Amino acid sequence: MPTHRASDTARRPDGEQRSGFGRTDVSRRKFLGFLVAAPTLVVAAELGRQSIWGSPEAYAAPIPSAPQPPEAYDLLDLLRDSMRPTANLIRIEVNPDGTVSFALPRSDNGQGIITSTQMIIAEEMGLDVGQVHVTLADARPELLFNQITGGSSTTFTTYTPIRVAAALAQMRLLDAASQLLQQDVRTLTSRQGLITDTLGNSIGIGELTGPAASAVDKQVEVVLKPREDFTVIGKSQNKTDARDIVTGRKSFVADLQIPNALPTVICRAPDLNGTPDDVENLDEVRNMPGITDVEVVSTGVAVRAKTFGQAIDGVRALAVQWNRGTVAGEDDESVLAKLKSAELPLVVPPGVVETIETSFTFWFKSNSSLEPNTAIADVRGGSAEIWGPMKNPVTAQAAIAKKLGLAQNAVTVHVVQGGGSFGRKLFFDAALEAAEVSQVMGKPVKLMWTRADDSRQGRVHPMATSRVRASVTKDSVLSFEQRHTSVSTDFTHGLGDAITAAGAKAPGGNLTFAETIFELTQANPYNYGVSTRLLNEVDMRFNTASMRNVYSPDVTTAREVVTDQLAAKLGQDAYEFRRQFARSDRIRGVLDAVAKDGRWGRSMKKGTAQGLGVHHEYKGVTAALVEIDCRQDTVNRKIREGVTGPRVTKVTFAIDAGLVINPRGLEAQMMGGINDAIALILTSSLHLTDGHFVEASWDNYFYTRQWNTPPELNIIIVDSGADEPGGAGEAAVAATCAAVANAYARAVGKVPTEFPINHHDPLPFEPKPLVPPIPESPTDGLDYTY
Amino acid sequence: MPQQTFKLNGESVTVDTDDDVRLLWVIRDLLGVTGPKYGCGINVCKACTSHINGKAFNPCSVKVCDIKKDDEVTTIEGLAATSGGGDDELHPMQQAWIDRDVPQCGYCQPGQIMAAVAKVRQCQAEGRDVDDEAIEEIRNICRCGTYNRIREAIKAGADKM
Repeated sequence: MPTHRASDTARRPDGEQRSGFGRTDVSRRKFLGFLVAAPTLVVAAELGRQSIWGSPEAYAAPIPSAPQPPEAYDLLDLLRDSMRPTANLIRIEVNPDGTVSFALPRSDNGQGIITSTQMIIAEEMGLDVGQVHVTLADARPELLFNQITGGSSTTFTTYTPIRVAAALAQMRLLDAASQLLQQDVRTLTSRQGLITDTLGNSIGIGELTGPAASAVDKQVEVVLKPREDFTVIGKSQNKTDARDIVTGRKSFVADLQIPNALPTVICRAPDLNGTPDDVENLDEVRNMPGITDVEVVSTGVAVRAKTFGQAIDGVRALAVQWNRGTVAGEDDESVLAKLKSAELPLVVPPGVVETIETSFTFWFKSNSSLEPNTAIADVRGGSAEIWGPMKNPVTAQAAIAKKLGLAQNAVTVHVVQGGGSFGRKLFFDAALEAAEVSQVMGKPVKLMWTRADDSRQGRVHPMATSRVRASVTKDSVLSFEQRHTSVSTDFTHGLGDAITAAGAKAPGGNLTFAETIFELTQANPYNYGVSTRLLNEVDMRFNTASMRNVYSPDVTTAREVVTDQLAAKLGQDAYEFRRQFARSDRIRGVLDAVAKDGRWGRSMKKGTAQGLGVHHEYKGVTAALVEIDCRQDTVNRKIREGVTGPRVTKVTFAIDAGLVINPRGLEAQMMGGINDAIALILTSSLHLTDGHFVEASWDNYFYTRQWNTPPELNIIIVDSGADEPGGAGEAAVAATCAAVANAYARAVGKVPTEFPINHHDPLPFEPKPLVPPIPESPTDGLDYTY
Repeated sequence: MPQQTFKLNGESVTVDTDDDVRLLWVIRDLLGVTGPKYGCGINVCKACTSHINGKAFNPCSVKVCDIKKDDEVTTIEGLAATSGGGDDELHPMQQAWIDRDVPQCGYCQPGQIMAAVAKVRQCQAEGRDVDDEAIEEIRNICRCGTYNRIREAIKAGADKM
């Protein structure tokens, strides 16, 4: 019986709490909000304080390393600070029907931020979660940096401004009720949208929104609810769109019924990023059943039809001469050779004291979500209307305007909920293409990348190497150098604003930006003496992006595998060694939690083993304890067109994420990250050969399936008393990757140095043809009913 | 243009389209029923899983002309009605999905639920337990990685079926 359980938030055993956040400390809960002139109550928020994260905890370890950037100022701080000047434009409205509305300038692709935002507003206003309507805002260029969903930053960056606006709304409603009921405001209570006085008279907030409205814009001071009065935040809440999902009512962009936006598919080149040269049979394909338009565009040949099936038939019938792509002739080994030659030198000389040196290779991985790249565009009469699941709609709007030769304000971008992102939807490849196609055809289009397109031509997590050299004495680690070398990660989405995106596109700009992100995210959680981490990138014109994190899963796996080697070298237990060298009590907290709950060190059968991994990022710390089964009967179990191999049988995972808004939502994010990690280490990679990726299907690219998922999964939320939320979306992947790798190493008695471990196994599938680029749909589906 | 007639979610439907158009596109693009999702088009990801005469199948890989006039095609939109509930009631498997807070992005979940219902019926017909081994026969991909909650929900839903 699987024992995945929703553990209650557990306070740290030592009961230690950071001081200064109690009810008495009103000054720290005081902020300025804005009343906005309107006929009904509209409020906005302004930030008015610096980060209130506690001072760094004391380091207690043999040879302290100097403080590293991510410990004091990390990517979340950068994202929040870049958003600070415009965050006051966040608005909450109280509706005459007694509900509250808020358009969240973020993109929800399943991570549950709509639900957690409803919770934050409900908490401050004493409402039920269902009384708060949260939608996704259209692209709002005036928000500048304030409309990017990435770096696990949503809750961290929006938590306080949303609360301030909600608290102001609540204050105005209470004041208005006090006037109407002629009662002292301090005697009123507010619950579920009803404000009640001591005599039992009550008024709904819908009736109060007019009286509470302001005739002029003005600043008002508000005090936020103290944490000990919370009744919504910190309590598990199911996703509020679950009913729509399970009944099929939740609409993704492909489900939208926009008049005349007919299905459109692009015929793409055999090479990665190849372009069309000549088409031999345009008219013939135009006359095929159901097809309305066929046009050559910059990335291929676009076919518009009454159904996607007919558009695919058209693509398959096209005879196209192609120009070579951006990585023509390259393959895995040639790219690896380029990375190796770009590795920055390690500076601590080997041989003076004892050193351990290990080099790791991380192959290309696909960040395809299950919903392929899809967008709707209607470009006619000098304006454009775009629909898509964009995490970065302001940058998208600017890029689309530029592509179309229109002013930015002639392009309307609607953000639609997405079917998974994992980093890919930081970009807007389908929207840009749809806009071009719609302009060329002069008609609305619903453009979708087929699975083969999404897998072969879509964005990838870049190939990377990580080289680690550590020097040790009998009982200590003197130095730990890590040189991470990666095919360049595309950050041209910038920080949500077209101006920074343009900066990242400037010559040399991307490397600086990448180095910035690397420096702000990669902390070594151990006191390893002289500890350095450097990044070098090789730009090879691949289509890259982050994938549930940019560097951490790879950097952490390399560091944690070497950490196990160091422990062995010093003759220490891997858990005790980590405890001893950990830089903070928060790290020891999560490590202790998994060791205890997961029974670290229990006796395991031959061919099975445990492994540990630790990670520190996004204002949070994580630890994983994994058990793996590498016995032959398990490794060789047969699944039709599936990959089995070593089975992760149990994962115990602990996260200290700061203040947790929705424990059940946090656990969901951890579960997803854990299943990602299992695939990254054991089964899933892309193979580059002759300038293209081989994988074209989910039966080529082996993301975790039911037969790979751990039968036992325990997620523990450790609370160390932080007052603000940290990041969640990406937090589980790195520590779990590392723990799987270490468990595997222990089970088979050999340290793995390339990931996934099966990358060099013979391909367990017959590659799909490159021409035509999309495989034909089978017709034998009725033979497989059950 | 040939006429294609079959039963969709309890109602007879007729569409003018060519014989070889796959049923998924007839359902989604021509009839506007969008619960079954496209994830691969080659019967691999199973995001379009629906039922034909009560059994799980993937309409991306069936020609519309191979569906007979009396064949009952059920998508996620029609599932609740098959368990005899009223308009506002859910199938026990849908309720189990909500109770366990299974969905993340939700894109695969209509297919997951339809697969789960069919797998439970198959196990019941064959006298097998709905255990981990049976659940691991389900091939549907969830790229958000909600597999563990899916397992719990299938077992809970099975107890009510």
